[in-house]
Formats: sequence, structure tokens, C-alpha cells
Amino acid sequence: MLRYIVRRVLWGIALLFLVSAVIFLIFYVFPNADPAKLRAGRQANPALIEQIREQLGLSDPIWEQFLRYMTQVFTPFDWFGAAEHGGTGPLNFGRSFQSNTPVKEIILERLPATALLVAGAVVFWLLMGLPTGIISAVKRRTLLDRVTMVTSLAFISAPVFWLGLVALYLFASDVGVIHIFPGIGSYLDAETFWAKCWSLFLPWLVLAAATAAIYARYLRSSMIDVMSEDYIRTARAKGVAERNVIMRHGVRSAITPIVTLLGLDIGLLLAGNAILTESVFNIPGIGNEIVIAIRRSDLPVIQGIVLFGAFFIVTFNLIVDIAYAYLDPRVRYQ
Amino acid sequence: MSLLEVQDLKVHFETDDGVVKAVDGASFSVDKGQTLGIVGESGSGKSVANMTILGLTRSPITSIEGRILLDGRDIIDAGADELHQVRGEDIAMIFQDPLTSLHPFFKIGRQLSEAILVHKDVSKQEATDRAAELLDLVGIPDARRRLGDYPHEFSGGMRQRVMIAMALINDPRVLIADEPTTALDVTIQAQILRLIQRLQEQLGMAVILITHDLGVVADVADYINVMYAGRIVEAGTLDEIFYDPQHPYTWGLLGSLARPDRPRTRRLSQIQGQPPSLLAPPQGCHFRPRCPHEFDKCKQTPGLDPRAGVPGHLDRCWLPPEKKRTLRVVQGDQIGLEAPAA
Repeated sequence: MLRYIVRRVLWGIALLFLVSAVIFLIFYVFPNADPAKLRAGRQANPALIEQIREQLGLSDPIWEQFLRYMTQVFTPFDWFGAAEHGGTGPLNFGRSFQSNTPVKEIILERLPATALLVAGAVVFWLLMGLPTGIISAVKRRTLLDRVTMVTSLAFISAPVFWLGLVALYLFASDVGVIHIFPGIGSYLDAETFWAKCWSLFLPWLVLAAATAAIYARYLRSSMIDVMSEDYIRTARAKGVAERNVIMRHGVRSAITPIVTLLGLDIGLLLAGNAILTESVFNIPGIGNEIVIAIRRSDLPVIQGIVLFGAFFIVTFNLIVDIAYAYLDPRVRYQ
Repeated sequence: MSLLEVQDLKVHFETDDGVVKAVDGASFSVDKGQTLGIVGESGSGKSVANMTILGLTRSPITSIEGRILLDGRDIIDAGADELHQVRGEDIAMIFQDPLTSLHPFFKIGRQLSEAILVHKDVSKQEATDRAAELLDLVGIPDARRRLGDYPHEFSGGMRQRVMIAMALINDPRVLIADEPTTALDVTIQAQILRLIQRLQEQLGMAVILITHDLGVVADVADYINVMYAGRIVEAGTLDEIFYDPQHPYTWGLLGSLARPDRPRTRRLSQIQGQPPSLLAPPQGCHFRPRCPHEFDKCKQTPGLDPRAGVPGHLDRCWLPPEKKRTLRVVQGDQIGLEAPAA
């Protein structure tokens, strides 16, 4: 088991290095716009541009820039002129072209909103999706099953921005038909943690809806497969009550692939995939920030967020792998 | 009154394509200390009939008729609670494929002790002790330590032993073994059969052994029922079935049996054709389309009737007894199913 974990962690680190290298290529080597010009802004003159180029070390050979970039991202050391060109790391992605704030600070400022949004949504979609999937599988081909499966298909098909607007139209306390939940931008005014949670109630539902529907359908089909397995028949034959056959023996097997989905979904959402929900509800999260950064060609911010996102995805993949080994004893011995 | 008596059992599945008559009027019984072998091809209804005893075939599309008497008490319509009690405590069952019949995520010890804990009010420790005792009984070395292992850490034969241990853990009165050796290596098959036989002698339970292989029941069964396309076509003692078989299908089964102890004078014979679809079985005798001895009367369904003078030996065939004696002999003294020489 320990060997398995160590191997997975090493893999994760290697993957992260690879991703960083690719991101370096994309942001430093391929762009035909000159970063120094972008950084210099509107009132640029050749002298200023030259000064910036020197400051960022853009005239150094590519390999030196790459090693410096990796040093700044991953280590606290002053190698390859890190301190002189942009400062030492770790997690130093440079400064925003726009505001001159360190990218790290921007991300850390934006992360809590996204994290809270995702955490709440995860709870909601698990609470909605898992029981629905199990009940649908057990009551297969009944009216209840059909209604829930059609409903879930509707939620999967509905675009998040549309669902968000409908939710606001129906339930927002300012513009809604029924004034229940806080509306657009309420997160910005929320002071306490609970106020923030309350302001995120609609976004949670909207973000959770599609995923809950996917999980329900996925768990339903996985549960139907599992319930026809021989070992379920064995459990019944030894006299286990049907309820326990379903909950202890059936769900235990059917839930395992859901864990994979869950890890990937959380990683993706933290990486900025909650972008639509954040935009509709004006939540100051990572997704919202990257839209702004892209619009302003703020390369260091885009690059920082992309690398951060990659970090989340790799991390949650790692967690999934380890959780899987814990859940399925057969994996541990491979 | 027998310990377990199945009377005129019918199990029909209403599918989208029509009614599948998986079991169409089967009666058999088994008593303490006896072994009943039920023999037939895949799809003959032997597994469905026996799973129905434990209520394992119940579903919205199944219709079940007949009587299943356990000590005279009819359990065919037993409610959930009664059924859960019968399962595993009165009647236990082991299945064909030991590789898929154990839950892959739970340790053996947990799966064994669960079988006790659902029936008896004992502590976890007592359940574990009993589980170790049973693993030891079925011949798994180092039993107590192996309770902590997962199914994938056992070989196929060992897993079937675990299944047997799990079935016997509550001292059931009836053990139904559904093709217990089919998925195992030949060398292991004999071990498992001998184990079941030894445990039966030790514990005195009734055993129903379901198989498609007459060779498997030859050593262990007291009585044999031959099933074909949802019906029992012949029933008798081991000797009656092997040395005086009355139904052409039984002849075919015996003829296709490899007999390494006899000189190989000719190719193994085979039964021509395929078993019929149970959606639309042939009218009259179900074996008619594959039987070289078919005649006019076979379009009517023959009853399962005793042979004159031998009340326990029943068969479902219209051929007169004296004709059967000549027809079933092929080449020398061997029994088989072949078209009579023109």
C-alpha cells in the first residue's frame, strides 16, 4: 500500500513538472506578442520596453528563462538570476501586467470564494445525486425512475448560465418572482462566513444541478450492473435483508467509480471550471479572474491560474488514486 | 413427509418477447442425509427451480406456482422475514462461479461472520470464532489468519471452499449446490465433491446437487432427476438412471459421457440439435425435435409416469418399455442415443 502511494505521488510530481514545462512553452515561447510591450502598456517608448525586457530577463536564452521560471515556481532559491528577474519563489508567477500585484496574491485572494462555491456545490450534488441514483436503480422501470431520469436529463442539457438566470428570475430576493435567496453580487456584500454561505445558496444549487444529474444517472446504471452480480445473489442467499443487500453490498461496489468522478470534478472546478456560475452570480472567484485576465492579455495572471489549476487537477487525481486503493482492495496488489 | 418437497413447481418469466416457461411443473424431494442430483443442459430450468426454493427468482416479471414444502410448511409465498430466515439458516446455497460469488471488497472473515450475525444473536467475537472453525472444517489451512484476507487472495478451489463454509455456518438442513465444480479445474472438482460428501456425512444434511455433468453425480447422488426444457423427464435412483435409463434424453446424456475406464471403440456420441427455446417449446414432448425415435404419439405431452413394477422410477416418454430396451443399446453393451438402423 505504501509503495503504491509513493509511486502515485512521484507520478503526480513528474506530471506537475511536465505541465509546468508545457505552460512555459505556451506562455513564453509561442506568443508572437512581445511580453515586454504588453507589460509596458499604452505609453510605451523603446527605452521603457528595453528596460522591462532587461528586468524580466527576456533577452536571456530560452533554457535559462525556463530554468529560472521553474526555480521561481517550485523552489525558494535564487538560482538562474531569480531574485534579480522577478524575485524568488516558491509559487512566484510574476506580477500582474495590469496592477503590478504578485499573481500569487491575486490567486490567494480569489481562491476562498471559488473554494466555498465548490465545497457547497459538492455537498449539494452528492446529497441530491446519490440517493436519486440508488432509488432509481432499485425502483427501476417504475414511474418514479422514469420521471427522475427525464428530469436529470433536462438538468444535464440545460446550460449553466441559462439555469443560473432562471434561478435568479424565480428565487432572487431582488429580481425574483418569489423573493427567497440572495441574488447577483450578494457575495461581495457578505461579511461573515454564514452570510457568504447564504449568498451562495442559489449558485450552489445551479452549479450542483447538472453534476447531481450526471451522478444520479451514473450511479443508477452502475448500481443496476452491481445488483445483478453473483455476490449480490450470495448475500441474498445467506439471508441478508434486501435493504442491507442494497445499502451494504450493492452501494459499496457501485459507489467506487463515483469517487473517480468526484475527484476530477472537484479538481476541474477549483481550476476555474466554475467560471460560468461565477460570472452569472458575480462571485469574485478564480474563474471570474481568469476572464478579466484574458480580456486584458495579463499573461502572468493567466499563466499563474492555469498552473494553479493544473496543480489542483493533479492533486485531486492523486487523492482519487489513493482513495481507490483504499476502497478497492484489488487495486493495492497490482 | 420429506424434509424438502417441491410439488408441481412452475416458474414463468413474462418478458417482452413472451412468456418464458423456465420451469414447467417440476416435482422433486430430498430427505435428511440424502443427495439428490439434478442433471440437465444449460437452460433446462434446474438452477431456476432451485433458486426459486430460496425466493431468489422473485421479480415483477416472474410468476411462480406450485408448493415448496419445508417440513410440511409451504414457503413458496413466504414473506420477507420468513424468507430471510429460511435463506442461509434452513436452506443454504452455493453457486457455480466462486470467483464472482464473493464480494470483492470485503474480507472473508466479515463475509462469513455476516452470515451468522443475520441469523443468530451472537457477539462479533463468537461469529469470528465460528467462521474460523468452519474455514478449518472445509480444509483451509491457517484458517484464523486467512479470515483477514480478501477473496482475490484465494484460488478458485479455495474460494469455493469459502463458499461452502459460508453456506454451512448456520448448520442448514438443506444444502443446494448449483454446479459447484463447473468453474474449477478437474483435479479440484473431485476434492470439492468429496468435501461436500464428507460434510454431509458429518452433519447429516440433505444435499441437492445441480450439474450438467452426469459424471459429477455418479459418485455422490442417491437419486437423480434429469431435466430437459423446464420439465423433469426422468427420475430414479442412481442405479436406475445409469443402468436402466428409460428416457431417450438420458440415453443421450449417458452416451456422451467420456468413459476413460472403457476401451475407446468409437467416437463419443452427441445429441443432435439445440435445446428448444422456452418461449415457444415444441408441442407435446419437448425432446421430440432432437429424438431419433420420435413417432406420432409424441405430439401429445407424455406424463411423468412410473415404470411398471418400479414405482420410484419415473419417466416422460411414450415408447413402450420393451422397445426402449432394444433402442437404447448402441454398439455392444453401451447405452446411447442413435437413430435405429434402417
